[in-house]
Amino acid sequence: MSTPTEKSARPARSGTPEIRVSGLHKSFGDNEVLRGIDLEIGAGEVVCVIGPSGSGKSTLLRCVNLLEEPTRGQVFVGGTELTDPDVDIDAVRRRIGMVFQQFNLFPHLSVTENLTLPQRRVLGRGKAEAAKVAAENLRRVGLAEKADAFPASLSGGQQQRVAIARALAMGPEVMLFDEPTSALDPELVGDVLAVMRRLAHEGMTMMVVTHEMTFAREVADRVVFMDGGVIVEDGTPEQVIGNPSHERTRHFLSRLLDPAMADVEEGTDGAGAPGGGAAKTL
Amino acid sequence: MSEADTGLRPRRSGLSRRQKRSISRGAQYAVFLAAVAALAATADWGRLRNQFAQVELAKQLFPDIITLALKNTVLYTLSGFVFGLVLGMVIALMRLSSVGPYRWLAGVYIEIFRGLPALLIFVFVGVAVPLAFPGTEIPGGTYGKVALALGLVSAAYMAETIRAGIQAVPKGQMEAARSLGFSHARAMVSVIVPQAFRIVIPPLTNELVLLFKDSSLVLFLGVTLQERELAKFGRDLASQTANSTPILVAGLCYLLVTVPLGFVVRRLEAKAGEAK
Repeated sequence: MSTPTEKSARPARSGTPEIRVSGLHKSFGDNEVLRGIDLEIGAGEVVCVIGPSGSGKSTLLRCVNLLEEPTRGQVFVGGTELTDPDVDIDAVRRRIGMVFQQFNLFPHLSVTENLTLPQRRVLGRGKAEAAKVAAENLRRVGLAEKADAFPASLSGGQQQRVAIARALAMGPEVMLFDEPTSALDPELVGDVLAVMRRLAHEGMTMMVVTHEMTFAREVADRVVFMDGGVIVEDGTPEQVIGNPSHERTRHFLSRLLDPAMADVEEGTDGAGAPGGGAAKTL
Repeated sequence: MSEADTGLRPRRSGLSRRQKRSISRGAQYAVFLAAVAALAATADWGRLRNQFAQVELAKQLFPDIITLALKNTVLYTLSGFVFGLVLGMVIALMRLSSVGPYRWLAGVYIEIFRGLPALLIFVFVGVAVPLAFPGTEIPGGTYGKVALALGLVSAAYMAETIRAGIQAVPKGQMEAARSLGFSHARAMVSVIVPQAFRIVIPPLTNELVLLFKDSSLVLFLGVTLQERELAKFGRDLASQTANSTPILVAGLCYLLVTVPLGFVVRRLEAKAGEAK
């Protein structure tokens, strides 16, 4: 509960944004995936990035911690320019937590070791301190009882919550989520979203690539819609999801909702017609 | 109509498919048994027993064949394995390096040492190295030389195995480690290599079996009586006693180690298969 006040005390809130991307281009060979992205995310802000597959949203997220090297443009996190060739990228990445679609837990280590190894090797924390921080963060994601389990014995949802705890144990200023629930069975999505929701309420700066429109609508401060490597629309969830001003956004959102609608309609039609016919003949 | 045809065809020949199969298998057994019987009938069992299975002679081999020869074989194998593993690890990492010359050097090493008979490497270590660097002693005497020769050979194979193991670790593991702030080298040591080793334990154990047998090449280095391993020990005693029983016993000693090791490899492979 103390986190939001700490956050608002940070100078970042009153001026420099926590994440700033300007003029970002990224090409894979001849394929230009990002064609000039400008984006600012303030401290404590939760921004959901939505868009069709291939729109470049994951690439944008991966550029923010330099897992992908931008072809052109600049990326700043907490005032440090990551795209500066002289920057100590490992030092900056410690301040940026990342959660992957495929969890990427270390399968040869127990849950606790997954959380303590990075703290000890990267932050140089002592054994006892690392273990204490690990326990705190496992409790935070509701998995204290799985401390000694191995990743393979956990469900996808539990693995993803451990992955979030692992990132949080490093004490990041920013959290990046790359489709964190896309690899999960539908019934396991809720637990992960609940953890993310709590994190958002605690004031964490979050950039979330997602297809979960309900989450975006309820939790995000801002929603960014991307298509074809550019940001098409950027605004509050009410604006972008509720009342999109661009045709492309409307098209994407309707396609996202339509399959379900179409299914329902077809379902009723299909069931209705022969059913009606049968009723008549009988 | 056609269905009925195909259904009837086997019956027309008078034999079902199962009957045909059992006849074919019966014929195979018969051929095999005939071959064994022919060998058994034509071999001179008496001379064979005299030459290879003198129980009294076999008894005299103990305990030296175990305490000296087998012990040395194991020592040679382990020292060569450890040296080869360390060198193989270095070469594997060079092979995967982003630095061009490292990759080329590692590639050349692997091609050369995989392409040469182990025997030549032993001769090279035994003769060429002392000639090239006069006065220098390879540390550890014969043990050092064997470790060097066996290590040089096995490193090439192990490097390729380890490289494959490292590449089999999913890309997301490196990304996760880097995103947590690990440097590339640290991520390799703490995250990637430990996982790669789990993958390569079965093939590396196989390599150990191969090395165990290759350690017999020590005899080309010229060893003292105390440094003899199983093959040399067996051969020496065979010529001393003008009887081949020591060779048979030495052979059994090899199997004493290689058969259980092979069993372990199969267990490990089965376990690795389950984990996936």
